[in-house]
Amino acid sequence: MPQTSTSTPETASAGSGTSTALHSVGHLGRWAPWAIFAGAAAVAALLGMATGLNAAVFAIYTVALGTIALYAASRKVEGRRRATDRLVTCVVVSAFGLAMVPLVSLVIEVVSKGIGRLDSEFFASSMTGIIGEGGGVYHAIAGTLIITALTTLISVPIGLLTAIYLVEYGTGRLKRAITFLVDVMTGIPSIVAGLFAYALFAVFFGPGVRLGIAGAVALSVLMIPVVVRSAEEVLKLVPNELREASYALGVPKWRTIVKIVLPTAVAGLATGVTLAIARVIGETAPLLVTVGIINGTNLDPFDGRMATLPVYAYYQLTQPGVPPEFAIDRAWTAALVLIIIVMGLNIVARLFSRFFAPKTGR
Amino acid sequence: MAKRIDVSDLNIYYGNFLAVEGVTVSIEPRSVTALIGPSGCGKSTFLRSLNRMHEVLPGARVEGKVSMDGQDLYAPDVDPVDVRRHIGMVFQRPNPFPTMSIYDNVAAGIRLNARKMKKNDLDDLVERSLLGANLWKEVKDRLTRPASGLSGGQQQRLCIARAIAVEPDVLLMDEPASALDPISTLAIEDLMTELKERFTIVIVTHNMQQAARVSEQTGFFNVAGAGQPGRLIEFNATEKIFSNPDEKATEDYISGRFG
Repeated sequence: MPQTSTSTPETASAGSGTSTALHSVGHLGRWAPWAIFAGAAAVAALLGMATGLNAAVFAIYTVALGTIALYAASRKVEGRRRATDRLVTCVVVSAFGLAMVPLVSLVIEVVSKGIGRLDSEFFASSMTGIIGEGGGVYHAIAGTLIITALTTLISVPIGLLTAIYLVEYGTGRLKRAITFLVDVMTGIPSIVAGLFAYALFAVFFGPGVRLGIAGAVALSVLMIPVVVRSAEEVLKLVPNELREASYALGVPKWRTIVKIVLPTAVAGLATGVTLAIARVIGETAPLLVTVGIINGTNLDPFDGRMATLPVYAYYQLTQPGVPPEFAIDRAWTAALVLIIIVMGLNIVARLFSRFFAPKTGR
Repeated sequence: MAKRIDVSDLNIYYGNFLAVEGVTVSIEPRSVTALIGPSGCGKSTFLRSLNRMHEVLPGARVEGKVSMDGQDLYAPDVDPVDVRRHIGMVFQRPNPFPTMSIYDNVAAGIRLNARKMKKNDLDDLVERSLLGANLWKEVKDRLTRPASGLSGGQQQRLCIARAIAVEPDVLLMDEPASALDPISTLAIEDLMTELKERFTIVIVTHNMQQAARVSEQTGFFNVAGAGQPGRLIEFNATEKIFSNPDEKATEDYISGRFG
């Protein structure tokens, strides 16, 4: 937002050098930026009517005209330094606004299209025997939660232990090699992870295998590097002084890690893990090839196909049947449920870091 | 409980860099030994080598002999963890464990080593240690509060309480008062005078008045220049060091005519 300009007069930019008094500079009132942008909006509306009004054009005109006008006015009244400040403030705020556009429009779109089917039936029923109206995502929510839980169960121990090795024990070539491989893993396209897991399970169960656990393995390939990276950063933040304090009490290294380093870092670790979960819970491609889709409820990840929210949404949208609108509605609502789950996870992460962070209170 | 430490021909390395060369010294039990000298002369490095904290850093190692009451601390069959249980350490910056309460910080040495102790005994130990560190009166009503809520001086005394709770034979202090105000410094110094009845204390300090006030023996370390190893120039009774040192370099340093 444009700054207030009620502060004391500023020094004028270094000029004379002989004068010892501070120059007083005029300043625009608090209302000035708002007035200027309101004027710009009015002009933009006129221009928009001439060229054909639409919201995007109107916003662009308003921001551009307002910024230029505010800069010119400030330059005249307040001098170059304050004018530059106002210009940069305008640019930063516009960039922020621009960054919010996709997020806000996505949320509005998904909520407005998905809210219609967000009813109890949607959460209570699967797609068994559903043609056309009705149906739900009970089976897909259950599948997503089971597969994500399995993924977490696989990834967190591996990722955390790797991070502990890298921070506390690793030296030289092996550490560099592991860091490099983790970096490479971070860049693996998700479909490749899916094909890897499919190929791995096809070796044991024959081609065409579809298992929940295969999906969990595929997602683990994506999740492990994220966990390693975030845990590594968090463990590095634990001050070395605490480790030394513990060593100086005659505590062995492994116990220092378990009792001092991990508890000190637990808030950051929990946040990192939760965000890693949020990262993989919406993956579609790997689950498409490893888990597939099913209309009924299958809660056993070691036996056959399972439904998951992203794949469910994908199939509802691409193979909606006739008439298509019911399935398309279900796809939007499934997407909305997925967003709600991810948002819930983020809130959980926040709560974690609030309650587990080292207390500083007096 | 207090034990003597004998060091002979100790060379301390960081990787290939020789940081401290040829230190031979005897540290008397039940006394305060101060180590003074300019920055970078290796006095902290030397201190850390006494309880094998030096080798925690990658590439750090020592040559020579350090023994406590005749037992070689660097013998191959000696566990460095065990050495540190007998030789406690207090650091320059107060470093209480932020996740723990005041009580848990003092009990940390016992709990972290998984030593079993009855609740009553542990309460007694915590009280005794805090009394020993002159902190009991200030914190007895808030033992369950986080340690990070204490002031810097209190935190440092908490760290001392934590160090003496494990009943070490020797207490090493690496500039324990340099981050504190004069009043807290005085509290720490008084504490040292009390603690030397029970422990052997070695303190590194930049404050020469402090060394003169608290110590019986003083060692002066110096370094010839950047990249050169630090050496123990003189080791003598504190009175002698500060009135009539044997070495010219010591006199120059103490009288401020250094460099």
